[in-house]
Amino acid sequence: MAVTVKIPAQLRSVTDGEGEIEVEGTTVGEALDAVFDQHDDLRERITEDGGLRRFVNVYVSGEDIRFQDGLDTELEEGDEVTILPAVAGGE
Amino acid sequence: MAAEALVCKECGRSYPLEARYVCESCFGPLEVSYDHAQLDPAEARRKIQAGSRGIWRYADFLPFGERPRDPLEPGLTPLVRADRLAERLGLGEVWVKNDAANPTHSFKDRVVAVAIAKAQELGFETIACASTGNLANAVAARAAALGLDSYVFVPSDLEEQKLLATGVYGTRLVGVRGTYDDVNRLCTQLCEARPWAFVNVNLRPYYSQGSKTLAFETVEQLGWALPDRVVCPIASGSLFTKLGRGFREWIDLGLVEGELPAFNGAQASGCSPVATAFEAGWEVCKPQRPDTIAKSLAIGDPADGVYALELARQTGGAIDAVTDDEIRAGIRLLAETTGIFTETAGGVTTAVLAKLADAGAIDPSERVVAYITGEGLKTLEATRESFRMHEIDPTIEGFEAELEPVATR
Repeated sequence: MAVTVKIPAQLRSVTDGEGEIEVEGTTVGEALDAVFDQHDDLRERITEDGGLRRFVNVYVSGEDIRFQDGLDTELEEGDEVTILPAVAGGE
Repeated sequence: MAAEALVCKECGRSYPLEARYVCESCFGPLEVSYDHAQLDPAEARRKIQAGSRGIWRYADFLPFGERPRDPLEPGLTPLVRADRLAERLGLGEVWVKNDAANPTHSFKDRVVAVAIAKAQELGFETIACASTGNLANAVAARAAALGLDSYVFVPSDLEEQKLLATGVYGTRLVGVRGTYDDVNRLCTQLCEARPWAFVNVNLRPYYSQGSKTLAFETVEQLGWALPDRVVCPIASGSLFTKLGRGFREWIDLGLVEGELPAFNGAQASGCSPVATAFEAGWEVCKPQRPDTIAKSLAIGDPADGVYALELARQTGGAIDAVTDDEIRAGIRLLAETTGIFTETAGGVTTAVLAKLADAGAIDPSERVVAYITGEGLKTLEATRESFRMHEIDPTIEGFEAELEPVATR
């Protein structure tokens, strides 16, 4: 499955400035692993003990993966996987 | 200026005081740090008392060198002793901090004043925000007062009163078809590519500092003393945690003596990720899809949830949730006993206070402060059908027939 992983501005220093990375993967976890294979420093920035750090949110086509199957959330051809900081917002 | 740097709350890495909100190393949230080594508590108290009649009297504890120009200064809202409310609840000493008495009728004027002053200092010309309503009112009004451009993003199904009280200021009001959490995600994405100051995204570290002024005022209005317990609503958890930070700063600096109050958080059952995590003993919150009349608290993925949980647990407090019916009853209870008409969020706070009193969780010797963060006229729908109007013909007979029937005379 070819998908696009969108990298937030705060992490582009470890992706050589790239904001969108095309990878293959059938789940969110696989897609992220494929990105980490290209940019190893990214793994440490956003994961901890095999899971996502607590201030990292990941969305598949706009939907938070915590409402789906987390890193096991399945992907379809052309899906967008968006990584964003969770610390924004707040009323 | 006592403000020194932005520091990551998770890993401690520090950054200059600029428009930045997330740590590049660990993605943790950034917070303003201060150096108050030179501060003399007695002198600081005198300076505050001689200061302005609003939040800028606390400028030394905010990230500014001097008081910014402010045509719409919020703060110094009434702290009212609520004896009739206390009596109804079987409590000893209850105070209500009525923060509806701000320029746009909610506590949001405090955080927006700080965020926009910082935005201007950093050279931004366009202000924006993601809002559940009160923030929208505050941003639109202040941008208008200062002659700045603004974009305000809200869920499109917001209460009509909150939409009207935003659009009137001439802002670009954008109704997003989705929840607040969708609006928030969109704004986080928009923020990357536009040279705008999103008060609660890239300026969030400054914005949240404004909430500390509610703690400072409480201490000052209680005669430089602390409450034993506070009850405060939780949406993102930012107000709740910064209220704790405000008390903590002044205790540490010697401006007030005593312990941090017990912190009780208030959520609506229809959106209670923090109360649910508290109850279950979790360290992090599981996001929820909101379904409640308390729309200003309808944040399913609270950014400061983890810190709110820590604060409630550390201080011997708790985080509770109440149903929509309890919220309506809370609005009534506050109105009937204090003459203060609050919006649904204040109904949540009052209802949680009542619930705690009912459960015997509050000792009658305690001094309790409840934070009423917004105005009842903004959520009128919640009071509909909670009473009946007596409609009569314009005659004495008509009046007597309706209100003084013979049997009761």
